[in-house]
Amino acid sequence: MRPRKPALRPGKPMVRRGVPVGSPFRLLLLGASFALTGYAGVRLLADDWFAVAVWFVGAALLHDLVLLPLYAVADRSVVRGLDATGHRDRALYVRVPAALSGLLLLVWFPLISGRVERRYRLGTGLSPDGFLARWLLITAVLFGAAALLLALRLRRATKQRPPATH
Amino acid sequence: MGRGAVPGVGRAYGRAMTRSPSSPGFWRSPLRGPWLTSVLGVVLLGGVTVLFVTGLVSYAAYNPNLASVNDKTPEKGILGFYLFSWPTDPHWLYRLNQGVHVTLGITLIPVLLAKLWSVIPRLFELPPARSLAHALERISLLLLVGGALFEFVTGVLNIQLDYVFPGSFYTLHFYGAWVFIAAFAAHVVLKAPAALRNLRRLREETLPDRVPPDPVPRDPLPSDLVSPRPDPPTVSRRGALWFVGGGSLLLFATTVGQSFDGLLRRTALLAPHGGADPGSGPNGFQINKTARYAGIDPVETTEDAWRLVVTGRTGTVHLSRARLARLPLHSAALPIACVEGWSTSDQWWRGVRLRDLAALVGYDEDPPDVLIESLQRRGAFRRAALRANQVADPRSLLALYVNGEDLSPDHGFPARIIVPAAPGVLNTKWVARMTFGDL
Repeated sequence: MRPRKPALRPGKPMVRRGVPVGSPFRLLLLGASFALTGYAGVRLLADDWFAVAVWFVGAALLHDLVLLPLYAVADRSVVRGLDATGHRDRALYVRVPAALSGLLLLVWFPLISGRVERRYRLGTGLSPDGFLARWLLITAVLFGAAALLLALRLRRATKQRPPATH
Repeated sequence: MGRGAVPGVGRAYGRAMTRSPSSPGFWRSPLRGPWLTSVLGVVLLGGVTVLFVTGLVSYAAYNPNLASVNDKTPEKGILGFYLFSWPTDPHWLYRLNQGVHVTLGITLIPVLLAKLWSVIPRLFELPPARSLAHALERISLLLLVGGALFEFVTGVLNIQLDYVFPGSFYTLHFYGAWVFIAAFAAHVVLKAPAALRNLRRLREETLPDRVPPDPVPRDPLPSDLVSPRPDPPTVSRRGALWFVGGGSLLLFATTVGQSFDGLLRRTALLAPHGGADPGSGPNGFQINKTARYAGIDPVETTEDAWRLVVTGRTGTVHLSRARLARLPLHSAALPIACVEGWSTSDQWWRGVRLRDLAALVGYDEDPPDVLIESLQRRGAFRRAALRANQVADPRSLLALYVNGEDLSPDHGFPARIIVPAAPGVLNTKWVARMTFGDL
């Protein structure tokens, strides 16, 4: 059976009975860290503390409780779906292009979605129109390349297979 | 990273427990384990350190200690301890620093996401705290993850001109960086030794012979990150790393071109200043803010209407553009480099040296600082200050021409500042007034 939890960590507990305190080194280090956090934090929160706190904590919650579960579930359903048809090994050919395309969308969402169109045109003097088309094009290339690789692999597998198995 | 086993805890989880994310059996990926987390952690240790240092350097480039108009964070206190007079050499210093900061930040996004994925079971760890130190460390981890995401999100939004964050970018990104780095430093001290030890042990002992037979061997190091009932693998650990690296490479390849001109810029397919240039000809290069965006009325910039007002020790002079053009003109090849990470190659600027303008108003020897005011109606830097060393540099110009032609309205006609190694917004466009003297 695998250990569920490590018994010893780099800072092992000093106090073994009563309320465990933990390693004094770790406490000192975290104390110093929190002092700096506090110093910068009051300045970060000086203007609109509530909105900034929402952004700060919200970013972590949104990632951990929404984004990550979403892509994990999506990935698992792709793998399960392919598993059901006996092609579990083909998961990569869907996963890689989908993840790369999703990554680009995640990073460049303001430009791709056109939500900053007016400011972008006014600010840079550039056309805001190409981003969605370019992202779709990259996505098409990624999936196309994956399909091509899969086709090549299947063709090679067919050639290598002895005729008797046909 | 744990080294020992607790006897008997295996009984704690059964089939029912695997429905809860707090149960180790809930997490099924065979990839999770000390190896993946250590590799990603070490990459981030290097990458984030570079991001932090280039960020601090970028902050110093604005000379925030020089004048209140340059300082968007007047309450910084000791956080500005390291500030120094921003140099003018090498002239590509800001271009390089900011290109590295933004391009590297974008490139690291997949690594950050993968790192967070690799340790997600720890978020649901029970009991919530085993000791006071452990409780504090978990609070610190919230600041670490929240801080990292806050910095990446505000940065990524700012370069796309999507100002939805609650406040000024400079303030949020600067103080946010310090909150983040406080948690990051503690995390590095607590975890980096174990991560490096893991990698060393794995490289020396187990990894090479384990890879070929089984695509995903059980991570040879014991850890709570290793799933007790892993799914059959769909990819090897090395494959997973290639996948993360591929994401980084894709982002890098579609971004880095915005720091160069010509064909390279066209490779930056999704970056804000990638693709085509806004125009053709001498004034065709990338624009920070157009004249329309800045609210410049063409009537104000005509030969009859526009006068440069220069003030100094000996009083004030008013100069028309024609008069400026009759002063000794000098050339300098300098880039435009924006805080948003994009830049142009060197453009050939021609105009009056700032130190010659200082001499016009009584500063013949060692020129002083200068406050520059623009015609523009909007923008955080419509007033900006330059330090004496920047004024004194013979390449610092009040430019009237670029690449052999009059400046275009979008590049600051009738006259703009161009200073070697200065951030884009300190190269004030549509200059209306210059006040020399110690600020």
